[in-house]
Amino acid sequence: MTNVAIELMNVSRKFISPAGKVTLALRDFSLTVNEGDFCAIVGPTGCGKSTTLGMITGLSPPSSGSVRVFGKPVTGIDPNIGFVFQADAVFPWKNVIDNVAIGPIFRGQDKQTANDRAAEWVRRVGLAGFEHHYPHQLSGGMRKRVALAQTFINEPKILLMDEPFSALDVQTRALMQEELLTLWSEKKASVVFVTHDIEEAIALADRVVVLTKGPGSVKSSYEIPLARPRNVSEARYTKEFIDLSKQIWFDLKDEVQI
Amino acid sequence: MTTTNNNLKHPEIGEEERKAILRAVNHRRLVIFLRIAVAVVTLAGWELAVDYGLMDAFFFSKPSEIYDQLSVWITEGTAQGPLWKELLVTMEETVLGFLIGSVLGIFFGVALGRNKLASDVFSIYIKVANAIPRVVLGSIFIIIFGLGMGSKVALAVVMVFFVVFGNAFQGVREADKNLIANAYILGANKRQVTFGVVFPSALTWILASLHVSFGFALVGAVVGEFLGSRHGIGLLIATAQGAFNAAGVFAAMVVLAVVALAAEYLLTAIEDKLLKWRPAQFVEHGM
Repeated sequence: MTNVAIELMNVSRKFISPAGKVTLALRDFSLTVNEGDFCAIVGPTGCGKSTTLGMITGLSPPSSGSVRVFGKPVTGIDPNIGFVFQADAVFPWKNVIDNVAIGPIFRGQDKQTANDRAAEWVRRVGLAGFEHHYPHQLSGGMRKRVALAQTFINEPKILLMDEPFSALDVQTRALMQEELLTLWSEKKASVVFVTHDIEEAIALADRVVVLTKGPGSVKSSYEIPLARPRNVSEARYTKEFIDLSKQIWFDLKDEVQI
Repeated sequence: MTTTNNNLKHPEIGEEERKAILRAVNHRRLVIFLRIAVAVVTLAGWELAVDYGLMDAFFFSKPSEIYDQLSVWITEGTAQGPLWKELLVTMEETVLGFLIGSVLGIFFGVALGRNKLASDVFSIYIKVANAIPRVVLGSIFIIIFGLGMGSKVALAVVMVFFVVFGNAFQGVREADKNLIANAYILGANKRQVTFGVVFPSALTWILASLHVSFGFALVGAVVGEFLGSRHGIGLLIATAQGAFNAAGVFAAMVVLAVVALAAEYLLTAIEDKLLKWRPAQFVEHGM
């Protein structure tokens, strides 16, 4: 598997306010993600991690440089892309099953088929029995499961995740990381996972990219040699893991000084 | 993993639970008793104050006279015809104005809220239109539409439109940007986002405005009748005023209040049905 899934070449992104004030979020940023790769991006606050994801989706095009997905320049929202948000982005007026079925319905699938597939995905993320609950009746972790099912039902070839588990408590977060790896291992989408948590990045990814402080560019990149399938909760106590984590922290430390 | 616990049946009721339930029941009884007491004291105080000459019956009438006036209207009819027919006229104007005004308000509110250029251009005119006391338009409408139903419906529409429009517009602008982005990425087109995401988020705002605007529709209809008409509760008030019949004015007020309360009750029921996805604390309406 050496096909390139995502390619960002010398990308810069400026934000210009109506008053003419320019903020440079990314500068000369290049990143290549191969098909089936799990790539994590860590970096200090405000270094343009989320901006990167926005450019890959096509929701916010770069100011200069090129973004390609499967070799084609990004012009709009690619149907191969799935996105898991940091905040709750499930629809509060829809119950669990309708929330999961909404992607296929938006894409023109008939309601019956969409509902059958949604029921299957609800079961897969461990929410069987909660099909007709509304999001406010669920815990934060369960809402995240709904969000995962909602994204995975569209079978994305590219999965973008913007600090998806940062709002969860530590125990739930570990469970959700396991859950994500299990779901991901079935279809092996190419993942870009943005996080500020170094351990989370190492535990999940094949490669961890460290960004400099804003305007962000790539500072360093680490291959993670941990075997798959991984047991997230055990892997983090191995020597390999701890050494990597120290080294990445050492890189990041210079960038986060205030 | 905690979820709803309100649909659990009480498996076993202990001493403590029984006491808590009893306290709640007692509290409810006390509230009902005090509510009745307030009404009785107010009405009796009013009646006695007039009887003992503290208040002038000519200006303030008194509850028993209002009651008599109401029973005369109900049994013998008003000077213009049976009371229910007059009420029906006013109700027809109110409901028509309410429906037309709400539909127009929702339509334009959502349409404008979704279009940045249009909303930037028109927002100034909406503020201007909002600042004009719209009741004065009643006179224009009577010139245009005559003394019939049209002028009252038009006034009610204008009264309702701006409230609903403003809320629908605001609701659309407040729609969660994450939800909209999520919908686009999940595969929605612009129309699906408008109807599937933006409209449901704005619904909370819209329904809140409908409560207020039904009252406004009633005001529009009654004021319209007041300004010139052949039928309706507003005319009843105008006639009573002309004859210095304070009891007649109050009696008409009672009729209108009953109508407004019934409508409020109905709207709350509809709202609860449409917004059943909201957390319970937002749906509760007092005790």
